[in-house]
Amino acid sequence: MSSGVSTDTAAPARVSLLAILGVFAKIGVMSFGGALSGWMHREIVVRRRWMEEEDFLSGLALGQIMPGANVVNLSLYIGQRLRGGIGAVTALLGMLLPPMAIVLALGMLYERVAGILWLHRFIDGVAAAAIGLTILVGIKASRRVERRLGPVAILLLLFVTVGVLRWPMVPVVLCVTPASLLLAWLASERGDA
Amino acid sequence: MRDNPLIALAIVFIPLSLLSIGGGPSILAGIQNAVEARAWMSERDFIDLFAIARAAPGPGVLLATLVGWKVAGIPGALVASLALFVPSSIVYYAIARQWSTHRGKDWHNALELGLAPVAAGLILAGSLVILRASGGDPLLWTIAAASTAILLWLPKLNPLWVLGAAGVVTVMVG
Repeated sequence: MSSGVSTDTAAPARVSLLAILGVFAKIGVMSFGGALSGWMHREIVVRRRWMEEEDFLSGLALGQIMPGANVVNLSLYIGQRLRGGIGAVTALLGMLLPPMAIVLALGMLYERVAGILWLHRFIDGVAAAAIGLTILVGIKASRRVERRLGPVAILLLLFVTVGVLRWPMVPVVLCVTPASLLLAWLASERGDA
Repeated sequence: MRDNPLIALAIVFIPLSLLSIGGGPSILAGIQNAVEARAWMSERDFIDLFAIARAAPGPGVLLATLVGWKVAGIPGALVASLALFVPSSIVYYAIARQWSTHRGKDWHNALELGLAPVAAGLILAGSLVILRASGGDPLLWTIAAASTAILLWLPKLNPLWVLGAAGVVTVMVG
């Protein structure tokens, strides 16, 4: 296979597409409350030894910085490593379709019971805690930001424009991201990084 | 044709897919912008969908699937999901194919240094936007802050417990 770049890691026996689909469907459905990458690590690296630790972590790091949900990217990465393009699609479908069906079922169920007052309050509380989870993700992401003027200013600029002033996100990101990449590149040229 | 909701969903979610730098939470503000600007649903409904997506299994950006469903039924759910998951996946796949543990460390580092502040700023902005959309109830702001604190303190705790407890507390306090 021409895309088998990673032959430097010991290639395990060929994994069947059905096995990939099964594992990712399991991970997708079991992942209540998030932390999917932890589940994937356990199932793929520890239990089945389909992939080396180092290769997994490299894919995780790449998936965290690139656009796309982290777990979606990680599924694509693992599927690609195991069986190329068809493996990536299989892993992605296994990961996404069962939760998608569940979330739609919950949405429909919710619409039927929307008139119940205490349930409304319950969902309010869940939403508030879910915002708390998102803030936590933001704090973790902030820890990966370099403690220098440029990157910190970029972070604050986005928080103030998109969060406080509520400017539309898309044009702001299209302007700020190239500037941030340029700053990072200039800093690494100077050897500050 | 211009008002076709399926086309509108694609127009909203394709750019967001490509800009979801650092993951799904970074486009929460963008999704909220679109929902509000296009008057797709009330803020109340949007917050409910956000809560459902976060409490259900799978990535939190399944919020897009729910928004699509609310706007245009099952076809809307499909279009929104495809628009959100396919473009970023194509970009990621193209890069991951070339990616190897032992190559490209330098540009990986430059990319990571440049994108990390964008991701962090957007996720925190998204949290604030959603928090404001949920209304001014001090109880809910307190619960959001308390949930963050609890999970910082107990990182191994399954967040589902915190979500459930927050729901119960809100019902009991009234």
